[in-house]
Amino acid sequence: MNDFSLWDILRNLLLALRWTVVLSLIAFIGGGVVGGLLLFLRLRAGKWLDRAIGTYVQLFQGTPLLMQLFLAYFGIALMGVEVSAWTAATVALTLYTSAYLTEIWRGCVASISKGQWEASNSLALSFGEQLRHVILPQAVKIATAPTVGFLVQVVKGTALASVIGFVELTKAGSMISNATFRPFVVFSCVALLYFALCFPISLYAKHLERKINVNRR
Amino acid sequence: MEFDFGAVLVDWRLLAKGIVWTIGLTAIATVIGMALGVACAWARASGPTWLRWVVGSYVELIRNTPFIVQLFFIFFGLPAAGVMLTPETASIIAMVANLGAYATEIIRAGIEATPKGQIEAAVSLALNRMQVFLRVVLPPAMKKVWPAMVSQIIIVMLGSAVCSQISVEELSYAANLIQSRNFRAFEAFIIATLLYLALSVGLRRLLNWAGPKYFFGR
Repeated sequence: MNDFSLWDILRNLLLALRWTVVLSLIAFIGGGVVGGLLLFLRLRAGKWLDRAIGTYVQLFQGTPLLMQLFLAYFGIALMGVEVSAWTAATVALTLYTSAYLTEIWRGCVASISKGQWEASNSLALSFGEQLRHVILPQAVKIATAPTVGFLVQVVKGTALASVIGFVELTKAGSMISNATFRPFVVFSCVALLYFALCFPISLYAKHLERKINVNRR
Repeated sequence: MEFDFGAVLVDWRLLAKGIVWTIGLTAIATVIGMALGVACAWARASGPTWLRWVVGSYVELIRNTPFIVQLFFIFFGLPAAGVMLTPETASIIAMVANLGAYATEIIRAGIEATPKGQIEAAVSLALNRMQVFLRVVLPPAMKKVWPAMVSQIIIVMLGSAVCSQISVEELSYAANLIQSRNFRAFEAFIIATLLYLALSVGLRRLLNWAGPKYFFGR
């Protein structure tokens, strides 16, 4: 057996880090699109649809992401489609992200005072115009910080994709640890790489939050 | 496609055992984790500078790494450094560390919102620093942040599903075991997911009720 130097370990982990980043971006962007659509439906449609989407959110927030991944993996297979870990992880993480983002954004829209809706309505703006010109510009400002903050949760969530066999940073860490018998070093490096990815995002979210609070004061 | 939930439900004993483990792990992690959170929040708000720095690093390190990696580090990594742990102990340590870090931030937010006048009033009544913190600052702070705390405890409970990966026999381990016997994977995980959902709804109710009653008065 050949020896692995620290550099070998780190280099292989860095290669795997790519897939963590790619999966995070797909889930975040996909989840953002689906979440935005759900938000639109929730604002637009009647009570029953609002309630249905509320239930959707509760389902994802009240169950473990791990179970959601397993269900995506075995559920898609039931429909007779060949599932790769890629598909299952993408689907599960996208839906998971969409549930959280739609809820965060709904809260931001709800925090815009009712008078804004009424005033824009009295100016004969259509629903789309109200959203585009009056409500969203204000809501987006409030929503940026928690949305960026949630990106950290998504990145950390992708670590669970390792359980269904998706080779990203955590899975690569397990494999390298099994090959090198140096779990302490390997998992320290894995944790540090996640930290290097997530901490700047956390700091940026905190910075945005502070900026908004200053503006409001 | 045909579903056979009966094939999974005959193994209800395994599921019940799993639920007991999940609840047990969560209960222990909640109690110790919240105590740790209170201590760290105090240290961060009014401890010496070096302690603030240590607690700050701990909080950021935990909050910016995935739970599963923390768990693997404790369970697979620490034995290499000479610390042997059972899967259960490793899980509890990971869950406590995790909840403790988030609780620190949550409780600190509550503490910072305490009006200065209240602390001054308490000091003028000759309460010492410990009394001021435990009796004047902490109860209203906990009350203020309780909803966030409850959500975090539920997140930790849901996160405990990952502990099945180091063979702790909690709920998702039970589901995995059942599906490996009868190949009814989808059914097994649907049932486990619904059980988790029921647990999180129940836990939220319980904590919303218990918080005001036992921790910080009405």
